[in-house]
Amino acid sequence: MNTNIIEINSLNKWYGEFHALKNINLKVKEGEIIVICGPSGSGKSTLIRCINFLEKFQEGSIIVDGITLNDDVNNIRHIRTEVSMVFQHFNLFPHLSIIDNLTLAPIWVHGKSKQESKNKVLRLLDRVGIKDQAKKYPNQLSSGQQQRVAIARALCTSPKVILFDEPTSALDPEMISEVLDVMIGLAKEGVTMLCVTHEMGFAKKVANRVIFMDKGQIIEENKPKDFFNNPESRRLQLFLDQILSR
Amino acid sequence: MAVFKQQTPKKAPNPETKIVSWLRENLFPNATNSALTLLALYVIYLIVPVVANWMLFDATFAPVSNEQCGIKGACWSYIFEKLDLFIYGFYPPEIYWRPQWVLILALSFVWIAKLLKQHKYKTKITITLIIIYPIISFFLLYGGPGLEIVETYKWGGLMLTIIVATVGVIASFPIGVLLALGRQSKMPIIRFLSIIYIEFIRGVPLITILFMASVILPLFFKEGMDMDKLLRALIGITMFQSAYIAEVIRGGLQAIPRGQYEAADAMGLNFIQKIVLIILPQALKISIPNIVGSFIALFKDTTLLLIIGLFDILSMVHLTTSDEKWLGRSTEGYVFVMVVMWIILYSISHYSKVLELRYSTEHKN
Repeated sequence: MNTNIIEINSLNKWYGEFHALKNINLKVKEGEIIVICGPSGSGKSTLIRCINFLEKFQEGSIIVDGITLNDDVNNIRHIRTEVSMVFQHFNLFPHLSIIDNLTLAPIWVHGKSKQESKNKVLRLLDRVGIKDQAKKYPNQLSSGQQQRVAIARALCTSPKVILFDEPTSALDPEMISEVLDVMIGLAKEGVTMLCVTHEMGFAKKVANRVIFMDKGQIIEENKPKDFFNNPESRRLQLFLDQILSR
Repeated sequence: MAVFKQQTPKKAPNPETKIVSWLRENLFPNATNSALTLLALYVIYLIVPVVANWMLFDATFAPVSNEQCGIKGACWSYIFEKLDLFIYGFYPPEIYWRPQWVLILALSFVWIAKLLKQHKYKTKITITLIIIYPIISFFLLYGGPGLEIVETYKWGGLMLTIIVATVGVIASFPIGVLLALGRQSKMPIIRFLSIIYIEFIRGVPLITILFMASVILPLFFKEGMDMDKLLRALIGITMFQSAYIAEVIRGGLQAIPRGQYEAADAMGLNFIQKIVLIILPQALKISIPNIVGSFIALFKDTTLLLIIGLFDILSMVHLTTSDEKWLGRSTEGYVFVMVVMWIILYSISHYSKVLELRYSTEHKN
């Protein structure tokens, strides 16, 4: 629990003239669970999308597992094999069956054999509770099931870090808990997780640190207990009032 | 506070089965529509009997000469006598079995590929068939070791129409895919060249490209070098068609949500894997109706081959109308072409709807 798996140093990003990320510094230790929250447009998704280079940044550096992220294609691919991502809208591939969705990366990126990856994938699907749906297509599943498949897909390459980009925001309300349960299970197994989410229950239960962002900046960062009970900044107090009074 | 009992589902009322209410809803819902319905019926009454009498009831189907045919109805005897010419052009009659086998092979290969749906080596066998089929077909049609050579100027009729349209659409497909990807590329030179090519080709009629292929292309050849006329036409048609296919596929590519690209990227797939495994399969499925549409357009455009001296089905008919024995029977010839074209093209367009439905089950976004 001592090495930093991710180091973000004075990261700055602009969309044209708009300053989207302002001087972000963040160190994540191996096995840490970090929850990032904040109002919409605060740059939290942008931040985690910079880590696997879905977004380019102009200044600063990101080091993942000792490798400094740069423009080089091989470098980016290497980092993406160690960092996987779960999206708000699942982004499963609709033309492939669930099992083909999951074996894609093991076969094509990691060069595993078909049979080997299939066995592993079936174990993962069992773990997220949808083994019997393996032959179906994504659109035949409910939104909650689809997101659980997406989590299994993120796991199937045994990544060191998983990024979650608002994984429960596009779900029907009754499906949220089944996805959160899977995430909580994961958190207890020691995978490093960075979650952009507004599920404060999840944060309280498993997060090591909670980060509050606003207007492209990290405003406050604390252990969950202090974060929720003694928010220091006025901005965070307001945000928590709004979100917890629901 | 109140709690309600759960209700059992009832059968839906089904008014559509009643003919009268169907008529009222669809044909006579109000005064204007009723008037239009009556007008349409009157037009049908004017046209259909005349056409039906000419085509069927007053027509001659027996193998008789022009004079024995009545003048009231159509003389299909003419079509029957010339049928071989319409289908095969000037291909030697004693070896009609060769183009016939090309067709039989095509159908049986499709059938084999269908049977293999669940087979372990399905993809490998299908790819093998796709590669060997054109080679066998060319050998059968043109000839080679052991088979008499039939020069391409003898090819003609419906056979030529089908060959040109099929080769045109299949050869232009990979080029079209590359052009579509090129037009979306982030590299400015590739994008620029693709745009220039596509917009240039789309900006000129097919006929000019055929002229170019048959007149201008030979100017680039060294003395004594010659290129088959049909091959030149095929190159021209492929160049033309690939620009249209490219635009159709670009439409499909644009319909793929950005999340698909991001998910593929986030997994670590490289560019080619992303395109081949994720993006193209989805884009092509969306494009099926439009690809078929442009194939249909191409099929009809093959009639322009007459201009450069190749005889497709329409030009074969046109040619036989000057036969002294059958003077005055050109209407029958052109109606025949119309009917043949319609049957083929309608079947294709119907099949594309079947394909669309089949794939839509896994694509409900």
